[in-house]
Amino acid sequence: MASALDFKDLQELAAEILGVEPDQVQLDKSFARDLAADSLDLVELIAAVEDKYDVELPEEELEKMKVIGDLWTFLEQKTAERLEA
Amino acid sequence: MAITSAYRTRSDAVPLRSFRAKGRPSAIAGMGVYAPDKVITNFDLEKMMDTSDKWITERTGIHTRHIAEPGTTTLELATKAARAALDAAGITANDLDMILVGTSSPDGPFPSIACRIQDELDAPGAVAWDMLAACTSFVYGLATADSFIATERADNVLVIGAEVLSRMLDYTNRGTAVIFGDGAGAAVLRPAPDGAGFLAWCLGSDGRGYLQVTCGNKERGAYAAKDPTPFIEMEGPDVFKFAVDIFIRQANEVCATAGIALDDIDLWVPHQANFRIIDAAARRIGLPLDRVAINIDEYGNTSSASIPLALEEAIRKGRVKSGDHVLLAGFGSGLTWGACLMTWV
Repeated sequence: MASALDFKDLQELAAEILGVEPDQVQLDKSFARDLAADSLDLVELIAAVEDKYDVELPEEELEKMKVIGDLWTFLEQKTAERLEA
Repeated sequence: MAITSAYRTRSDAVPLRSFRAKGRPSAIAGMGVYAPDKVITNFDLEKMMDTSDKWITERTGIHTRHIAEPGTTTLELATKAARAALDAAGITANDLDMILVGTSSPDGPFPSIACRIQDELDAPGAVAWDMLAACTSFVYGLATADSFIATERADNVLVIGAEVLSRMLDYTNRGTAVIFGDGAGAAVLRPAPDGAGFLAWCLGSDGRGYLQVTCGNKERGAYAAKDPTPFIEMEGPDVFKFAVDIFIRQANEVCATAGIALDDIDLWVPHQANFRIIDAAARRIGLPLDRVAINIDEYGNTSSASIPLALEEAIRKGRVKSGDHVLLAGFGSGLTWGACLMTWV
């Protein structure tokens, strides 16, 4: 089931896993530089995102994730694909 | 032979198999452990390869690991743990009906370490064999032992997890060399007193994920390919995701099968692969860390020995009381996984 995405949900999920405040999670924030996330934080976040949104992020996509916006764009694309399907 | 594509944690996930304990209940009657005296710190590793104490600590939670001197056999470690477990259980080697050794680092192809231990302990007659399920070996060993006790085909079973992984480490690979350590742990299983013993099991494997953790030639295996230096290799991020996922799913599955709530777990003893995996799974299962047995900081990942090393330490520190619900959970190369829930004696 696909439904409209709410950025707040992603903010809360990312904040919980990365140990930051939800407000700090913004589209232009870099995982590594701004949110002090290392490679394992990112893997854990992706795993939680996959679980919550029922999507699968391939390894090669993971390497492209630099800022929160990259993850958000990926989720938007997946949701759009589902609405079309 | 083709190498299959990467295993995907979510879309390839299979339904879990679980079952309630049946027949005559069995329980752990005594445990013993052994780790080599030699300790290698993160600071020692800094001098050997391009890594740092900060990097290792932040990504793994490991500070030290026990490493056997070159030439040490897995047999030596396993035998010491076995003797300690027999003493703790108050039985002698002659009482044993079965000896099961889980190891991924045997000293040679055959004879089995189990038969060598049998000779060391002077316990002829018991059925003895090795089983290889990587880091899940100990849980598979417990499950096998429980089945034989449940069906009254055995009364006293010795289950051992023992590894000398240091001889499979490439000290130029900072992704693996910093993680693994050597050690051994053993448990004696016997028919359980009333109200105690194993309640439920969740066991499974998925060979499609065989490339995730390997040792030696990936296509044909170290022996067939005559690989002179088989080293442990791991698909780090994939294994991390698989591990967190299977820990959570197994905990839910085994508790549901046993009919107890996750919150009723008094102690979770996970395979000590990486503190970050344990921490991530514990948070999502909803278990506070004071109900989780963790000693990866001292031992690193000792594969089949990690669960008995962590459980024995928890018992020794008085963290396990009679009537407690204890959940053991492993996962490893194969892919393999296994969990069991018990009421402590």
